[in-house]
Amino acid sequence: MLMILLDRVTKTYGKVATPALDRVSLHVEPKEFVIVVGQSGAGKTTLLRLLTREEKPSSGKIIVGGIDYDKLKDREIPLLRRKIGVVFQDFKLLPNRTVFENVAFALEIVGATNREIRATVPKVLEIVNLRGKEKRMPMELSGGERQRVAIARAIVRQPKILIADEPTGNLDPKHAWDVIKVLEKINHYGTTVLLTTHNQEIVNKLRRRVVTIQHGQIASDRAGAQYKI
Amino acid sequence: MNRKFITFSRILRTGVVNFVRNAWLGTAAMAVMIITLTIVLFSIITNATFTNTIQQITDKIDVSVYLQDNVTEEQALGLVSQLRTLPNVKSVHYLNKDAALKAYEDQNAGNTQLLAAVTQIGSNPIPATIQIKPKDLNKIQDIKNFLSTPAAIKLQTSDSPSYNGSRKAAIDKIAHATSLLRRAGVVAVAVFMLISVLIIFNTIQMAIFNRRDELTIMRLLGASTWFIRGPFVVETIMYGIISAFVSVLIIHALFVASSSALQATSLGLLDINYAHVYFSGHFWALLTMQVGLGILIGAASSFVATKRYLKFKTK
Repeated sequence: MLMILLDRVTKTYGKVATPALDRVSLHVEPKEFVIVVGQSGAGKTTLLRLLTREEKPSSGKIIVGGIDYDKLKDREIPLLRRKIGVVFQDFKLLPNRTVFENVAFALEIVGATNREIRATVPKVLEIVNLRGKEKRMPMELSGGERQRVAIARAIVRQPKILIADEPTGNLDPKHAWDVIKVLEKINHYGTTVLLTTHNQEIVNKLRRRVVTIQHGQIASDRAGAQYKI
Repeated sequence: MNRKFITFSRILRTGVVNFVRNAWLGTAAMAVMIITLTIVLFSIITNATFTNTIQQITDKIDVSVYLQDNVTEEQALGLVSQLRTLPNVKSVHYLNKDAALKAYEDQNAGNTQLLAAVTQIGSNPIPATIQIKPKDLNKIQDIKNFLSTPAAIKLQTSDSPSYNGSRKAAIDKIAHATSLLRRAGVVAVAVFMLISVLIIFNTIQMAIFNRRDELTIMRLLGASTWFIRGPFVVETIMYGIISAFVSVLIIHALFVASSSALQATSLGLLDINYAHVYFSGHFWALLTMQVGLGILIGAASSFVATKRYLKFKTK
């Protein structure tokens, strides 16, 4: 079974003539690591927002992890999002909660017990190399560390898919690599990773499947590809 | 432990924490809610008191039909049973000539001159009387109409029927005034309810606006609608409960103050004694009602206020 299936998906905002996404079809297998590249405004973010059901496609079919979005009722959207881990360029951490509480929050939402939370969160912080920083506030962390908190929060519920929208966009090269290494580690454990990025160096070093989006359409889709902006 | 229970207790805890944090914002909402609930309670007590007053007056009034001396007992009782079938008739009481005289003598027991005059005549001058008590003073016209039918007129004396003296006009005025007051009360309650819902609505929207980033994050992480909305509803329900207790306290304080300061048992039409008895007698029912109303206003306004922030895109 495919992990992500997009079939001729089109998204038009309002009455704009050119669609943000134009008949995009994409298949992603379980445990794959897919990098989506493209210039600003090419449609990368729209693609991800469709996957998290922040937007609804104007036409076309989306099936993620066996869930058909056409049949998804509004009240089932939270359940869908719990199965997908999302990492944002601007981290989206809760500013007045500690590192531990930020990660625990994802578990509170699904009704985890305090015991489960105490057992799970340290393990996940271990994976993203943030042990010992549980009590720090987001303001006290570097950009790279904050992004790793966000990743910890995204994977703490062990999602089948991790979507990372330019997670290195705000980071210097060293911290960017820390984040990418964590993503590779998570992928190694069996999570499908969908990463969008601008960073040519990262794409070329990773040598993974690269999907290029131009003007809302898929311009190329190659395994182990190099990328030139 | 059950996951639903865990989530419920988290919602409750967050709601209480937010209530403490938003104390100042909440004070404005609560002030309006207290005013609203106090007006509601005041209106209810006033209404009950007016109803009681009117009832007391109504009980004293009756319509008397005087029958001609040649009317047989059988004819009289026929009229009585016909009157009993009228919808607005509460009770009908028939007094034959002797009983009517007795009643007249009792009524004017102090007036020896009048009684002497009656006995001097020799024969009994008091006609047989049918006393009718209406259910509703405002609908007395039905009874009048019936008594004006030719068949009924035939049996009556020329100065019949009587509406128990000149009190009728006064009673009409009272009934009219109280129904006006009642309507004004309903309007005031409705208006203040609306204002209070709007202000609480605003308060919640401000609280949500301050925390909209947090809400977005919660939504993206898959928080259910009630996980996000719940704490707001808990917070406003707390406003409602506190306001309900304060409103009952205010009314109680008013009674205490009025009984010691006024030394009077009534203010015009408003029988304070009865109002106080009514308030004490229905204390728990009224308190429950106020708390219920407070919860309803609080929950409804936060429910609506959070709605637009929790919608999913449908296009």
